[in-house]
Amino acid sequence: MTIEEIEQEIIDEFAMFDNWEDKYQYVIDMGKDLKPMAEELKTDDRLIKGCQSRVWLHSAVKDGRVIYTADSDAIITKGLVALMIRTLSDHDPEEIINAKVDFIDTIGLKSHLSPTRANGLLSMVKQMKLDAMALKIKLSN
Amino acid sequence: MIDVNYIRQQFPILNRKVNGNPLVYFDNGATTQKPKRVIDSIVNYYSELNSNIHRGVHTLSREMTIEYENARIAVQKFINATYAHEIVFTKGTTDSINLVASSFSRAFLKPGDEIIVSEMEHHSNFLPWQNLRDEKGISMKVIPLTKEGELNMEAYKKLLSPKTKLVAIAHVSNSLGLVNPLEEIISEAKKHGAKVLIDGAQAVPHLRVDVQKLGADFYVFSMHKLYGPTGMGVLFAKEELLEAMPPYQYGGGIIKSVTIEKTEWADLPNKFEAGTPNIEGGPATKAALHFVNEVGMGNIAAYEHELLTYCSDQLGMIEEVEVYGNIKNKAGVISFNIKKTHPFDTGTLLDNMGIAVRTGHHCTQPLMRHLGIPGTVRASFAVYNTKEEIDIFINGVKKAVKMLL
Repeated sequence: MTIEEIEQEIIDEFAMFDNWEDKYQYVIDMGKDLKPMAEELKTDDRLIKGCQSRVWLHSAVKDGRVIYTADSDAIITKGLVALMIRTLSDHDPEEIINAKVDFIDTIGLKSHLSPTRANGLLSMVKQMKLDAMALKIKLSN
Repeated sequence: MIDVNYIRQQFPILNRKVNGNPLVYFDNGATTQKPKRVIDSIVNYYSELNSNIHRGVHTLSREMTIEYENARIAVQKFINATYAHEIVFTKGTTDSINLVASSFSRAFLKPGDEIIVSEMEHHSNFLPWQNLRDEKGISMKVIPLTKEGELNMEAYKKLLSPKTKLVAIAHVSNSLGLVNPLEEIISEAKKHGAKVLIDGAQAVPHLRVDVQKLGADFYVFSMHKLYGPTGMGVLFAKEELLEAMPPYQYGGGIIKSVTIEKTEWADLPNKFEAGTPNIEGGPATKAALHFVNEVGMGNIAAYEHELLTYCSDQLGMIEEVEVYGNIKNKAGVISFNIKKTHPFDTGTLLDNMGIAVRTGHHCTQPLMRHLGIPGTVRASFAVYNTKEEIDIFINGVKKAVKMLL
């Protein structure tokens, strides 16, 4: 599936919820289900700056595609992190760099994208794209 | 006794809905909401009185200068300072502390001198001193805390010595709400000839403060946490200290005469108020204190204590909740976490229910490290809060427990 198709899939899933509780419960459950990140990868250089909760992001390449692993000490943040991984991981660097990632707005979690929100979702997306860019350069060399 | 409905009617913002729910505002430790008379005073200033103060001979400037100076007198009376000129207006508590760090150190400190702070301080009462340590070779000692987060008074007494020149300490902890034993702190400091600065930002909204009775050399706070405007801070300092200290910032309004060779400083407090101040903050400050005095500081303290006790009891009954700083002598603030969760999660869910709380380290990272947690959820109260709001909040916390665990 393309990133855009995954985004549409997520939008459709969230359209089923008609109240904020169910929506957040879904995010929380995704956080709980996120594959745990190896403890040795949770180093300070993988921390994303500007988050009230801590978010670690690790990016690697497999068969020319970017594979992300991430974790957070806050469960809602972790759920959002899981959403981002589901959307962007295992894609071609070029596709990641060009992804609009505006579905967060559509599914009604827009407040988490605001720069004042301090949960770092915005910083996370930025870092994922930067990593993709760095890995793309590495691949082309 | 207070009539909370009558009080609430005076705060327009309390009619707001947030995320579809009536606003429950429990972030008063960050800033309080403003009563109508404070809002009106700012509108009236710009509609009727706008002019620069302390300069003009024209009527507007004269009228406004009197208004502004009346605010100073209102503050003087509010904290029972001996003279109005012992009240310096600043931008806020942070600005007041930075003023003291700069001007007091230039007048009184030399390398090797010692300053004592505590592990519970807000970064605003920590970083200015840490910076003096790093830039001026002044030593900074830190009073450790007990397990519950109280000051270790025995350790404090051991830190004091003839080298101690200043003790800078919070009246009430902004993160936990603990009320520090100022009487003992100050009397011990005096035995060694040290001056004492009290950060009253979280105390003044909840307790009656009498700076003469306390015997503090410096007492600082912000009006915006006391139903007043932002950008109005108070520095109370004893007259002889202000006389001995050099200006903090240099500019208009702080001089008697200037020649190329030398400058003669203006009388107190003008020496410390360079540039055009937050003029509309004057009438707004006066209006805020008028509100507080009308309700009565004693009534506010008693009512908020009732709210705090009720909230602590209710929170204490939720098994999954851990409350920090669980001691009797507290003011205005309750700090907690849902066990095994991050404060951010609780804060986010409460926000969706229209409940405003503060989450995070509350600018007290050394304290959070001491408690071994990334942060807390902090509910802080003001006189317009109600038990019904606490019930909504407690239900909210219970809902968050269900969703998160």
